[in-house]
Amino acid sequence: MSTTKTIIPLEQVVIKFAGDSGDGMQLTGTQFTNTTALFGNDLGTFPDFPAEIRAPQGTVAGVSGFQLHFGSTEIYTPGDMCDVLVAMNAAALKVNLKQLKRGGIIIANTSGFDVKNLRLAGVAKNPLEDDSLEGFELYQLDVTKLTREAIADLDLGTKEKDRGKNMFVLGFLYWMFDRDMDNTIKFLTDKFSKNASVLEANLRVLKAGYAYGETTETFSSRYKVEKAKMPAGKYRSMMGNHAMALGIVAAAHQSGLPVFLGTYPITPASDILHELAKYKNFNIRTYQAEDEIAGICSAIGASFGGHLGVTTTSGPGMALKTEAMGLATMLEIPLVIINVQRAGPSTGMPTKTEQADLLQAYYGRNGECPIPIIAAQSPSDCFHAAFEACKIAVQHMTPVIVLSDGYIANGAEPWRFPTSSQLGNIEVKFASPIENGDKFMPYQRDEKLTRPWAIPGTKGLEHRIGGIEKQNITGNISYDPQNHELMVHLREDKVEKIADYIPEQKIDSGKDTGKVLILGWGGTYGALKAATKDCISEGMEVSHAHVRYIRPFPKNFESLLKRFDKILVPEINNGQLIRILRDRFLIPAIPYNKIQGVPFMKGELVEKIKSVYNS
Amino acid sequence: MSTTTLTAKDFATDQDVRWCPGCGDYSILKQVHTTLAATGLAREDIVFISGIGCSSRFPYYTETFGMHSIHGRATAIASGLKAARPELSVWIVTGDGDSLSIGGNHTIHLLRRNFDVNILLFNNQIYGLTKGQYSPTSEEKKITKSTPYGSLDHPFNPISLALGAEATFVARSMDRDPAHLQAMLMAAYKHKGASFLEIYQNCNIFNDGTFEIFTEKSSKRQETLFMTQGQPLRFGENGEKGIRLDGMVPQIVTIGEQYSADDLMIHDEMNINKAWILAQMFDNPYKENHLPRPFGVFYRGERACYEDIMKAQLDELTTKKGKGDLDKLLAGNEVWEIQN
Repeated sequence: MSTTKTIIPLEQVVIKFAGDSGDGMQLTGTQFTNTTALFGNDLGTFPDFPAEIRAPQGTVAGVSGFQLHFGSTEIYTPGDMCDVLVAMNAAALKVNLKQLKRGGIIIANTSGFDVKNLRLAGVAKNPLEDDSLEGFELYQLDVTKLTREAIADLDLGTKEKDRGKNMFVLGFLYWMFDRDMDNTIKFLTDKFSKNASVLEANLRVLKAGYAYGETTETFSSRYKVEKAKMPAGKYRSMMGNHAMALGIVAAAHQSGLPVFLGTYPITPASDILHELAKYKNFNIRTYQAEDEIAGICSAIGASFGGHLGVTTTSGPGMALKTEAMGLATMLEIPLVIINVQRAGPSTGMPTKTEQADLLQAYYGRNGECPIPIIAAQSPSDCFHAAFEACKIAVQHMTPVIVLSDGYIANGAEPWRFPTSSQLGNIEVKFASPIENGDKFMPYQRDEKLTRPWAIPGTKGLEHRIGGIEKQNITGNISYDPQNHELMVHLREDKVEKIADYIPEQKIDSGKDTGKVLILGWGGTYGALKAATKDCISEGMEVSHAHVRYIRPFPKNFESLLKRFDKILVPEINNGQLIRILRDRFLIPAIPYNKIQGVPFMKGELVEKIKSVYNS
Repeated sequence: MSTTTLTAKDFATDQDVRWCPGCGDYSILKQVHTTLAATGLAREDIVFISGIGCSSRFPYYTETFGMHSIHGRATAIASGLKAARPELSVWIVTGDGDSLSIGGNHTIHLLRRNFDVNILLFNNQIYGLTKGQYSPTSEEKKITKSTPYGSLDHPFNPISLALGAEATFVARSMDRDPAHLQAMLMAAYKHKGASFLEIYQNCNIFNDGTFEIFTEKSSKRQETLFMTQGQPLRFGENGEKGIRLDGMVPQIVTIGEQYSADDLMIHDEMNINKAWILAQMFDNPYKENHLPRPFGVFYRGERACYEDIMKAQLDELTTKKGKGDLDKLLAGNEVWEIQN
């Protein structure tokens, strides 16, 4: 049986894959993403994990989602509202329906809407059977049954057979969006190379899903999203935490320094450790310490020994590392501290995103303790943020904080990756041996106000450093009042001087003067850019700038701010960058805050920009 | 690493030593410098890392590389340094508050991982730098500024703690016995693996005389048991007493009465079970029928060091996979090209 299918061209599509945390929705989403990226669409993704590893099956708490936005135009966010919702059970529908556009497509797995699943989801009536889904395009598939039928003859248990359900859905969507399956076939072949029957099952179910779309008359239309026009070059799909790890590897490679990562597992930062642990042949040591404090302290020890010390964490871990960050500031040695922020305070919501810790990074230590801050703005930008942080750390002899967040850490986008030659080398200077008996001065500074990196094993450089205030130049203990004030200023001036070595602040969209500047930092980049572009296209005089270097700010930063009538500062927190702006520049910026553990939607931003613009 | 002929004086710095006059730390500093000279190590190949507390001022007075870090973290910092630079001789100077209270976690994990470093635990059973609060090794019911009606805590037995964390070298010495302290420092240095050396140190300001029963001439021979590898455990004015094992229970016997020297427990540093028995000889020396306090090496074992395994794994994988190719890594496995 074959039918004629209409092909409907689309500029962009948002799909949400939602199911029980055991349904394999993250894998399905990632596979569709990779295939879509390889095809040449621009895209953005947003995985939405349940808080529990194995939340009770079928319940609302156990729903795992993966949102993908792809298109033939430039894509800046994972999308506000969905065009297509895949709901593997009643709970998944219940949680996600409010994010589906009117008229959107629901692909529902009917076996996930049986009496038991309805009860677990806390749904009184089956929404597939009443009129509650009127206004949506509902497709009902008994995925469980179809999957079992496709592999009925294989010698596998029912439980194992049912694991293939997600492949059926994936195959069906590949048909629906006219994608080829080669990439996923290759993935499955690699993954199950040692288990022939499981491989066979997955491949057959995947193809069955595709064939189901092709042969069933229920589905009359397919959709086509053409390739995006992106700058020429070689691309790959990249997630934030993975990019962060690669940035560190690249810095090690381009500086010739060995890397020592001292860290402790914490959501959502652990994947950086998992990635770096693979790259030992790049002269990278990973050390899973006994706690957060030992993570940073071991990295400080390694940096003292001439390695590039790195530590990764999230908010609560950052709090524990605070005292050691102060030590690194006093020691004036290189150290990279990566904070993948999550909703706080305390344990907060570990799997949910928030720009939670900027004030902590900026002010949160005892004493006068300035540490440079770099904020990554998109998944692939984590690479560049990490690379630059490493460079600043070793060239300016300072700890550097990199802020990422759960949203960009787990999100993915196409990345036009650089080559090693494009990255350039990171020049590193160690202090030379002293053979003539002269006394080494550990706190003698150069033109950047940095002190020498004098590593053990170098003759004539024996010296003592520590957390106690030290005499300028000699580094000996000093309680002298004037000296303390001098050292506080020197440490601050050293960090401020980095502004001479970083790029100036640019306007990302819009003109360099106007009525409203939308000023953001970190993971809100895509949403702010998309919203600003929409406003500009409607003729509004608005611009968007995104701050990457938050400490020190670029040299032209203040003058840039003053070229706009109003400054709107949208943040996924209760107002943090805005407090720093007021503190530094005494400007009347306007806050726009969302503290819900989820990213901004373009629509709500556009609305806010308009109201500020017109007021 | 080069070898040198330095003297103890070559390890003194130009900084004034600022411990209280009469502090036990002076003697320890001297014995460490003497031992460092005896190792033949070059000064630049040695690193001293300390935490916070009176003892932790130590690096400033020792002409090597040094770091006076933060409270309790010397062990964690030293772990990272040793992992990064296995060829360095790394020493940790810490106190009972620093390594057993605020830094207890790092101490046990360093011992478990068996980094080849030397931990010198200056135990004075008091917080000196903060001016006299009880510490995790203070005896029960201790009257201090923070415990005017007596402390409630049961103290740690540092030797048991180290053995429990599977340290591969566990020893005890005292500030007032320079020859023994030097021997223990040298033994700790020579041991390949984490060496845990507890040093009884008198704080003459806040806890004066807490160890005097072990250190003063009048009582030392009766109250201490100096352990020598392969030798029977004897003590007393002229070695007339000894420790005999009654099953698993150590008991004091007088030689020449019912028992001869052949009946005594023979010290075997490599025997973990015997080490546990000796570690438990931790009686209050002012109670009747108490056992003498042992000094010397309780235990010495062999286990791979973390930094060596780490290096071996890195070398093996580098040989197997070849030196990392950054451009290949950046490209990954799924690349598409856009041409305009």
